[in-house]
Amino acid sequence: MDYLLSDEQKMIQELARKVAEEKIKPVAAKYDQSEEFPWDIMEILAKADLFAIFVPQEYGGTGGGILDLCIATEELSRACGGIAVCYAASALGTFPIILFGNEEQKKKYLPDLASGRKIASFGITEPEAGSDASAIKTTAKKEGDYYVLNGLKHFITNGGDAETYTVIVMTDKTKGPRGASAFIVEKGTPGFTFGKKEEKLGIRASSTRELIFTDCKIPKENLLSKEGMGFIVTMKTFNMSRPGVAAQALGIAQGALDVAVKYAKERQQFGKSISSFQGIQWMLADMATQIEAGRALVYSCAREIDAGSKDVGKDSAMAKMFASDVAMKVTTDAVQILGGYGYMKDYPAEKYMRDAKITQIYEGTNQIQRNIIALQLIKETAKQG
Amino acid sequence: MNIIVCIKQVPETTEVKINPETNTLIREGVKSIVNPFDAYAIEEGVRLKEKFGGKATVITMGPPQAEAVLREAISVGIDEGILLSDRAFAGSDTWATSYALSAAIKKIGAFDLIVCGKQASDGDTAQVGPGISAHLDVPQVTYVKKIEEVNPALSTMESGNTERKGGVKDKFMRVERMTEEGYEIIEVSLPALITVVKEINTPRLPSLKGMMRAKQAKIIHWKASDIEAESNCVGLTGSPTQVVRIFTPPPRVGGRIFKGETQEIVEKLAEVLRKGVL
Amino acid sequence: MPIQIIIEKCTGCSLCVKACPFDAIRIMDKKAVIDLNKCNLCGACLPSCKFKAILLEKPEVVTGAKPDLKAHKGVWVFAEQKKGKVQPVVYELLGKARELAASLRAEVAAVLLGEHLEEEIQELIWRGADKVYVVEKRELANFQDEPYTNILVELIKKYKPEIVLCGATSIGRSLISRVAVKLRVGLTADCTGLDIDPQRKILLQTRPAFGGNIMATIISPNYRPQMATVRHKVFPETVSDIKRRGKIIRENFDGPFLVSRSKLLDIIEEIESTVNLAEADIIVSGGRGMNGPENFKILEGLAKVLGAAVGASRAAVDSGWIPYSHQVGQTGRTVSPKIYIACGISGQIQHLVGMQSSKIIVAINKDPDAPIFKVATYGIVADLFQIIPALTKKFKESLKK
Repeated sequence: MDYLLSDEQKMIQELARKVAEEKIKPVAAKYDQSEEFPWDIMEILAKADLFAIFVPQEYGGTGGGILDLCIATEELSRACGGIAVCYAASALGTFPIILFGNEEQKKKYLPDLASGRKIASFGITEPEAGSDASAIKTTAKKEGDYYVLNGLKHFITNGGDAETYTVIVMTDKTKGPRGASAFIVEKGTPGFTFGKKEEKLGIRASSTRELIFTDCKIPKENLLSKEGMGFIVTMKTFNMSRPGVAAQALGIAQGALDVAVKYAKERQQFGKSISSFQGIQWMLADMATQIEAGRALVYSCAREIDAGSKDVGKDSAMAKMFASDVAMKVTTDAVQILGGYGYMKDYPAEKYMRDAKITQIYEGTNQIQRNIIALQLIKETAKQG
Repeated sequence: MNIIVCIKQVPETTEVKINPETNTLIREGVKSIVNPFDAYAIEEGVRLKEKFGGKATVITMGPPQAEAVLREAISVGIDEGILLSDRAFAGSDTWATSYALSAAIKKIGAFDLIVCGKQASDGDTAQVGPGISAHLDVPQVTYVKKIEEVNPALSTMESGNTERKGGVKDKFMRVERMTEEGYEIIEVSLPALITVVKEINTPRLPSLKGMMRAKQAKIIHWKASDIEAESNCVGLTGSPTQVVRIFTPPPRVGGRIFKGETQEIVEKLAEVLRKGVL
Repeated sequence: MPIQIIIEKCTGCSLCVKACPFDAIRIMDKKAVIDLNKCNLCGACLPSCKFKAILLEKPEVVTGAKPDLKAHKGVWVFAEQKKGKVQPVVYELLGKARELAASLRAEVAAVLLGEHLEEEIQELIWRGADKVYVVEKRELANFQDEPYTNILVELIKKYKPEIVLCGATSIGRSLISRVAVKLRVGLTADCTGLDIDPQRKILLQTRPAFGGNIMATIISPNYRPQMATVRHKVFPETVSDIKRRGKIIRENFDGPFLVSRSKLLDIIEEIESTVNLAEADIIVSGGRGMNGPENFKILEGLAKVLGAAVGASRAAVDSGWIPYSHQVGQTGRTVSPKIYIACGISGQIQHLVGMQSSKIIVAINKDPDAPIFKVATYGIVADLFQIIPALTKKFKESLKK
C-alpha cells in the first residue's frame, strides 16, 4: 500500500532498510544467542544519523516526527526486533526531555542523544509496580540543592548500557498519583548501580536490567518540569512512544511474513511448492492483510501526533494493541508455515515469534491498552449523550 | 588535499538475465547503480579528505540520469559533483572517455590525487583510469589495495608553491599494489592517479544528513564546449575503436543430469573424471 | 543523426527494445523511439530488427590527421617478464600472432624489456617470434609504468607494427592502456577471439561484455597499431621449436626515457601451498551450498586426491569461508581447466563468466533449478555432503590399486 510518504520519509525508509539488510540481518542470530549489547550496530545507526530523527533541529537533530521514527523502527525490526528496541527505547528515554525539559536540560542532554554518542533509557517499572504504575515505591527526598534517590527499578530496557536515564519516583507519598516526579539520572552517579541482566525469551540483544538507587544524590537541576508531574510526564511520553512499539511489532511481523512467503515458494511437498496450496495461500493472505491494517492504524496515529493533535491516548493505545496482537498471530503462523523447520533455531522463523511476544506486554500491557481505549470511549460518549 | 574521484553509472548486472526463448537480454526493471569498484574509490576519496582536509570532487561522464550516482557520492561525504553530459559524447570508447574526463579534470584545476575504481562492471576494460593518467601525463599505480602513507606536505591548496624547503620531501604517496602473487610496495610522487580494488576499504553507508545534503546539492553540468573538447576527440568520431557486431554467444548447453543413489552417482562421476583427465 | 528509426518500416514489435544493452529504446505510440542520451551507437539493435527499420551510420573516416596505415606492418607481442622469466601468456599470444601474421603475410616480433634476458630471447624465437626487440637495462629489471610506457611507445613509433598483442595481466593492462592513449590508438581488452577480416585485412577483436551476456566484435580501422589484450589460458601455448631462427634487435634508451615518478620499494609474495588456480587442470570449487568454512575441508580432501586446485564462488569468499585468491568469476579469476567441479554453486552469471570455458563442467547441487545445470556437462542433483566424501574415497581406493 502506498502511504504517500514524503521524500524525506522515503529517504529514512531507504536508509534504515539498507542498514537492516546489510548490517543487522547478518548478525541478528549471533546477538540473539550471545545476548550482548549490539554496540557496533548502535554506532552504525549513529553514523547514519538515525538517532537524530526524533530530536529537534536546534539540538542537533533532524527534527523529524513520530511517523519518521516509526518508519525507521519498522525497517530495523524487520531484521531484528531486539536490536531495533535498543534504538526505540533510546527514543523513549529521550522524549521526556524533549517534551518537558527546560532549555538547560535540552542543551545538556539532547545533542549527545541525537548524535548517538549517548543512549537513553526510561525507568518506571518496579517489582511491585507494573501495570499499577502508581504503586511505585522509589523515593526522592529533597536535601538542599540535591535530591536523594532510594529504591529499585526493574525490567528496564537499555538498563546498564544507556548513559542518560529518565526515572519516575515518589517525591511526596501523601499526594498519591500527584506525588510522583520525573528526574534525569546519569550513569556513573555515585549511588546509582545496576542489578543483574535478565535472560529473556526474546529481544535478547536488548539489555534488561535493574536500576538500583542507594542514597543516590542528584542535583535539583535534574528535575524534569515540576514536582508532582511524574505521571503526566509518563503518560505524555507513552502517548508518543506507543506508535514506536507498534512499529516494532509491525516490523517483526513483516519480517516473519517475508520469511514465510519465501519458504512457501521454495518448499516442495506432494510434487509442488506449498505456496500453491490454498490453505497456505489463505494463511498468507490473512497475515499480509492484518499487517497492512496495523500499519494503516499506526501511520494514521503517528501522523495525528505529528500534526499536533493533543488527544491521542485512545488512538495510540489502539495502534499498539492491534499491531502487537497482529505480530503475535503472524509470527506464530509463520512458524506453522515453516512446519518442523519453523521450530528449529537454524531457521529464522522461531526468533520472530519469540521477539513478538514482548510487544503485547511492555509499554502498557494490551489489557491496560484496552482499559485506556474503553475508558476514553465511554468518556466521549458520555459527553455526547 | 585536492582529490578527484572518477565514477560511472552502470546497470546492476546481477539482475541482467537472458530470455531463454529469444536469447536476448532481459532489461526490464534493471536498476542503475554506482559501479561497484567506484564505491571503494569514493570511500577512499572521502577518507583522505577527512584525514588531510581539503576537497573531494566526484565526476562522471554519462546521460542526465547519471546525476544519481553523483548524489550518492555526495551523501557519503564528497563535496561536489560534476556531470559531463552531451550528445557529442555518445558512442565514446575508452580513449574518448578518458580524453573527455581528462579535459574536465584540467578545467577543475590543480589536484593531488585522482582515484578510480579498478574497472567498470559493464565494460570490464579497466582502461579509462590509466587512459586518464596518460592524457594528463601523471604517474599511476593500478590495483591499489592499501594506502600506507601520504605526504601532501606542500598541498595544492597553497597556491602553487612547490619549492623544496630544507629536508621537506616532495609530495608523495606510498601504496600497496595487488599482484597475482601477492603485492608490491610502491612510492609515487603526487599528483598521481590510482585505481583501487575491493580490499582497500569498506564503503560506508550514507547518513540522513548526507542524503539530505545530496538531495539539495547543485550538480555542475558540463557539455563538450565547457571543457573545450575537440570534436574529433570525443564521441564516435573520437573513438579509435568501433563496435562492428554484437551477438549473444551460443549458450553453453547443459548435458546430462544424474539422479539417484549416492554410490551409483559416484561410480558414474568417477568414470567421467577418469576419461576427462587421462 | 547517426541512428534513426525508419518509421514506415517499424511495426512496434519491440524486439529492438529487448536487444538494447543500454535500455535506450522505448515503444511510444506503437513505434520504436531511441533515446539518444542513452544510445551508445553500438548497433546491437540492428540484427534484431526483422523489418530493417533501423539505420545506423558509422563514420568511416576520421577528421584530422590520418596516419599512413600502409606503413605499418607486423604483429607484435609484448613479452611480459617477471623476475627475468617470460610469462606463459606470452607463448599463447605468440601462437595467435603467427596465425594472424600468416593472414597478413607479415612477421611476428616480440618486445622484451628487462635485464639478463639471453635465454628468454632465444625461447621467444623458438616459440614463434621472427624478431625480438630487446631493451636490456638495470632500471628495467622490474616493471615500472613510466619507463616501460615511454620505451614501448618509442619502439612502436619507430618500427610501426600494425598489431600489438599483450597479456591481460595486472602489468599488461596497466601498461598497454597508457601506451594506447599516448599513441592515440584503439585498444580492446580481454579478447576471447582475434581474427583477420579477409577483405579489409584488419584485426577483428571479439570480447564479452555485460558479464559475458553478450559478445562484441570490435575493430580499429583508422588507427595503427591495433592493440588488444588477451587473458591467460584463452589461446593455446605454442610449442618450442629449437630449429627456428630469428633476428635480435637491441635498442638502447637513456635519460628521460628511464625517468620514473614511481619507485618500486618491495615485492611481497603470498605463497600458496596448494596448486595454482590459474594453472590447474582440475578445479574443485565450493559455493554458498558449502554452508561454512569448515566444510571446505571436504573439497580440499577431494582436491588433494585428484591433484586439483580449490576454487570458490563470490558468495563463499564474501562470507569469509575462503580467501579471495580462490575466487573464480567476474570479480575473481578466470579459469579454463579440463574439469571444473562446482559444489553447492548456484551458477549465477558472474560466476559462469569465470569458468564457462572449462572443457567439462560437473555441477553438484541440491536444487534442481539451479542455473548451473544449464551449462554443466554433467549435472548431479544430490547432496554434495554425500557425494564428495564418497567420490574422494573411490578415488583414494583406485589410486591404491
